[in-house]
Amino acid sequence: MTITDKIIQLVVAVAIFALVLALVLFIADRARGRNAERWQGFAFVGPALLLLLVGLIYPALRTAYQSFFDAGSSNFVGVDNYARIFTQPELLVVLRNTFLWVIFTPIVATAVGLVYAVLVDRARAEAFAKALIFLPMAISFVGASIIWKFVYEYRPNQQNIQQIGLVNQLLVWLGFEPVNLLLIPFWNNLLLIVVMIWIQAGFAMTILSAAIKAIPDDIMEAATLDGVGGLRMFFSITLPSIRPAVVVVLTTISIGVLKVFDIVRTMTGGQFGTSVVANEFYSQSFRLFNIGIGSSLAMILFVLVVPIVIYNVRQMRKVDAR
Amino acid sequence: MTILESTPAGQPATTVLTAATTKSAEAKKRLSSPWASLAAIVIAVLWTLPTFGLFLSSFRPERAVKRTGWWTMFTDPQLTLENYNEVLFEGQQPLINYFVNSIIIVLPAVIIPIVLATIAAYAFAWMKFPYRDTLFVAIFALQVVPLQVALLPLLEIFVGSGLNNTFWTVWIAHSTFALPLAIYLLHNSMREIPAELVEAARVDGAGHVRIFTKIMLPLMKPAIAAFGVFQFLWVWNDLLVALVFAGGTADVAPLTVRVAELSGTRGSDWHLLSAGAFISIIVPLVVFLSLQRFFVRGLLAGSVKG
Repeated sequence: MTITDKIIQLVVAVAIFALVLALVLFIADRARGRNAERWQGFAFVGPALLLLLVGLIYPALRTAYQSFFDAGSSNFVGVDNYARIFTQPELLVVLRNTFLWVIFTPIVATAVGLVYAVLVDRARAEAFAKALIFLPMAISFVGASIIWKFVYEYRPNQQNIQQIGLVNQLLVWLGFEPVNLLLIPFWNNLLLIVVMIWIQAGFAMTILSAAIKAIPDDIMEAATLDGVGGLRMFFSITLPSIRPAVVVVLTTISIGVLKVFDIVRTMTGGQFGTSVVANEFYSQSFRLFNIGIGSSLAMILFVLVVPIVIYNVRQMRKVDAR
Repeated sequence: MTILESTPAGQPATTVLTAATTKSAEAKKRLSSPWASLAAIVIAVLWTLPTFGLFLSSFRPERAVKRTGWWTMFTDPQLTLENYNEVLFEGQQPLINYFVNSIIIVLPAVIIPIVLATIAAYAFAWMKFPYRDTLFVAIFALQVVPLQVALLPLLEIFVGSGLNNTFWTVWIAHSTFALPLAIYLLHNSMREIPAELVEAARVDGAGHVRIFTKIMLPLMKPAIAAFGVFQFLWVWNDLLVALVFAGGTADVAPLTVRVAELSGTRGSDWHLLSAGAFISIIVPLVVFLSLQRFFVRGLLAGSVKG
């Protein structure tokens, strides 16, 4: 396809969309009589509902259905797929890794974001300082993975060969042997988690910084008059005041973490014992074409996400109510 | 006034910033000591250095990148644009094609959900029709569904209808997945527009289409912009949807797919990888920096999606 072809497709798509929409609105506008608003209402929400029905609701139900069938989705196998996921050693590693991700990423990212938000609060050049931590959020997971793969890069320990990865060079400078970091069993998971923490800390900082700034000034002043300062101020005033915001940040990051697969796929491809549910879902579904296991993994992801989302929404309401 | 700020702060961050009274500023300053400043600087350096290293490397000649660390650049400076030239325009599959694909994908994938969601949000906020509240709650609940759950059957549908490996798949998929969050956020901000405004217009004989286009749209601009920035970054940076629906062909695949592929097949060609990575980063970075205001607003309103 040439660039012109692509642009023509783009224009055609937008034109079709605009035309259909204009038609719907035009007809809705002409509706008269007692039931006019009813029809107009359906016309307004119709296109969105239709898309959701075909593109999300039906596929989700079908995935749930297929998770009880075999790889080719032709024979009913009951809960065999789920049983396999929870017993087969390779897949148990996937579950363990997912657990590691969900525990470490939110906690460390939130801690770093919170500490940094407090440290730079009302400091000189606050906006600039925040932008530094914030920028990784604009970078794709793929981009971030490449940035960190370069940090972890390893060159064999031989004469005349220099390390080009920052971590290994630091090890050499400190007198250690360089290590092929992404191959170390178990610990390589934590090295991948670092990438997600690096991306999410900016999000934590933004939300928590806004929450800190919303703490009424008189509370702070009263505490200061009572001689409270430094760390005690942080733990007895700041932290309790922003507790709901902290919970929202923790849960929001957990949800994102459960679904992230780009980092694992780009950095290790899920090899060396680093796969997670979202990555395994992709490999099983679109590389091994095992629709049964793939669908089951998607359902597991769904089941893991639901309670966190519900908790998150509840906390969000609390934050808003203030 | 914009709406997407049902924030913890109740106000945009910038206003709060300037409104800080000196007294409490003093109170909060007590926390800062030399150690605190040091900690802040350490975090800032840790967060910047990885990007900086790759960025420098993208301008170093191939030989230098492969043999020495980027930090040697300060003692032995060599700069070139050759890496960018090679990765963008040379070889079998120059990155420029994928760059074009990314742009072609992102425009409708941002415009379509915004338009559909704004219209639907208006109906949910200001019109009366049967099952309105039930439908709204259902859409709200759909935010829970991780998109992984929809991919396999959606691919079947696309293959069945012959749309597979065309731009249409990515456009439709991204538009669909964006709707629950978009409708929810835009509905929230739409509700904050005073009802008198709408009623007055009704009394004057204006229909819903007129009220929507003449009154709501102008007032909704900041909220729409906030969601737009999000959707843009999401679509541009997405790998999963692109890989599943458009990964099979260079005609349609976006930058992320190709750069991830490069990282797998040419994993040690750091002169190309670094330049390729920055080509994929530059557009979202510019959008992000110029529209940061809206992005923060959206974040505070809860537009986080997985």
